[in-house]
Amino acid sequence: MTRLASLLKQRETGILVAFLLFLAVTTAINPRFLFSSDGWRDLLLTPSILVLLAVGQAMVIITRSVDLSVGSIVALTAYLTGRLFLDTGLPIAVVVVLAVLAGMVLGLINGALVAFAKVPALVITLGTLYAYRGIMLQWAGSDRINASDIPDAWLTFGTSSLLGIPLLAVVSLLVLAGVAWFMHNARAGRELYAIGSDPDAAVLYGLKVKSRVLLAFAASGALAGLAGVLYVSRYGTISSGVGMGVELEAVGAAVIGGVAIFGGSGTVLGAAIGAYLLTTINRGLPILGIEDFWQRAVVGLLIIAAIVLDKLLADRQHRKLLAERNQ
Amino acid sequence: MKKFPSGRRTGLMAVAVTMALSLGLSACGSDDSGASGGDADITFIPKNLGNPYFDASNTGGQKAAKEFDGSFKQVGPTEATPDSQVSFINTATQQGAGAIVISANDPKAIGDALQEARDAGTKVVTFDSDTDPEYRDVFVSQADAEGIAAKQVELIAKAIGDKGEVAILSAAANATNQNEWIKLMEKDLAANHPGIKLVDTVYGNDDDQTSFDKTAALLQSHPNLKGIISPTTVGIAAAARYLSTSQYKGKVALTGLGTPNQMREYVKDGTVESFALWSPEDLGYLSAYAADALISGDITGEEGDTFEAGELGEYTVGPDGLVGLGDPTEFNKGNIDDFDF
Repeated sequence: MTRLASLLKQRETGILVAFLLFLAVTTAINPRFLFSSDGWRDLLLTPSILVLLAVGQAMVIITRSVDLSVGSIVALTAYLTGRLFLDTGLPIAVVVVLAVLAGMVLGLINGALVAFAKVPALVITLGTLYAYRGIMLQWAGSDRINASDIPDAWLTFGTSSLLGIPLLAVVSLLVLAGVAWFMHNARAGRELYAIGSDPDAAVLYGLKVKSRVLLAFAASGALAGLAGVLYVSRYGTISSGVGMGVELEAVGAAVIGGVAIFGGSGTVLGAAIGAYLLTTINRGLPILGIEDFWQRAVVGLLIIAAIVLDKLLADRQHRKLLAERNQ
Repeated sequence: MKKFPSGRRTGLMAVAVTMALSLGLSACGSDDSGASGGDADITFIPKNLGNPYFDASNTGGQKAAKEFDGSFKQVGPTEATPDSQVSFINTATQQGAGAIVISANDPKAIGDALQEARDAGTKVVTFDSDTDPEYRDVFVSQADAEGIAAKQVELIAKAIGDKGEVAILSAAANATNQNEWIKLMEKDLAANHPGIKLVDTVYGNDDDQTSFDKTAALLQSHPNLKGIISPTTVGIAAAARYLSTSQYKGKVALTGLGTPNQMREYVKDGTVESFALWSPEDLGYLSAYAADALISGDITGEEGDTFEAGELGEYTVGPDGLVGLGDPTEFNKGNIDDFDF
């Protein structure tokens, strides 16, 4: 019973329930939302890319930073992927590795600026958001990479399934499982929480704060790089506008999923469920016949509600701890 | 696509030549630079170099120049910023070009430079993207709104047998040209195709992902949907990509405006039967002929002027110096490999 109670208390459970509820309502109104081969595939496939970004974002937010540059990293690595396919005959696996590495390097630049220059990540990554996008615009210009330039095998990868689960979803779930394990069990993972809870205490305690922050940003960059390669396999068309604005979706997904914006609490699993909820709402509202404007408003309300809920829970916890101390 | 280096070199050479030329001119005190231009000395200035769309219009312009025995060259900036074309206009003016054929990056920013060119006797033709009318002699327009709307309706009617539900996947909800086409298509459908019912119009904001999701939503919320029209290049490519791996492939027709390069894959795999776009090559071809007609004095840009444009036939100048290219070109399995833009 206590186990069930503690499960119900988890933030992730609440988000999951909200997700299932939305799914149930939408499917009741339009059964094809879930019970058609396209509907089932899209349900799992569409959030995959955002899940990767949300997981990376959660790692960074947990250390009390934020990475706003991921949209531009997705764009750069997606275009890099396209160019590598177009200009070199490298095998797909090598291209994937190169793009992920490129994303990691861009993430390391963010991390180094944040860790060593001691400027808030919000400012640094806002800067690199524009800088990376600028490089992308300069590089790609009005050029566009089309589906016919991408190897068929890679395009097929983006839409095919394994035992009814789209391959992209498989990739994102494997990444999620790996990172979730790391954050929960590995020493370095726990230290990310410690740094986010109280950075000063973390320094006093002798944690390697700088290298851990670097790690979080490198991971976020690498995941954005992976998202960029997968973007190519899913969408097939890459122009200079790729990934515009996804950084905010990633932050939104993490926050909705219960990752506290001031760091130190939340899980990557929650962020991933947040990504599922956000994407599914985006897909579901037009099917319910709700107008564009309201679709955005609903997403906004969700984010605000998540943050208010966070605050209420934190206050309650605070009072409870105080009461316990005074007893 | 790799035309940057050579293009830039031409640009630099043009600048060097101009400097020499203007020095020479100022030495003999002449200001009549218009006279030094050849009979049909035409300079194309696209929005930017290295753009496949303008590579195609360039090819058309060159072909036309060869036909009427004029000289042709293309110069331009590497990026499409508002004032990047000014130096190229000035250069062409000082070289005494017979005509400048330009796709404007900004309706006003290049106005003064063009006015100077015209004062010096150079004719100005805008194509693809216009300036304010007072800065040019004629504008060769690709977008004859009626023609574009009618073509898309014709293609969808052909694809679905003139009967059934269709939907439109547009760009942004406030995109002026898309909205105009949609209105005309609605009118055309109501008047001439009573069997076709337009059930929904959704907006993909010219974003791949949004267009993807909107396509999915259309297919799921309209079980009887027979066809989708997407009058935007981003939208049609995203919709095609979605359809190509969907259970609705082959059951729901798709047409609209797209470029052959982005749609080749989907035409070949049977997702899309045909789509349309004006041919940028024809656009360049017609623009060069319009420039030639202006230089030779056949037309002045007045409404009602007529001129011959080689294999495209006769054209009439409309109000405000507007010349319409006419109906867009249809692309399908048979001809798509003839185009590269």
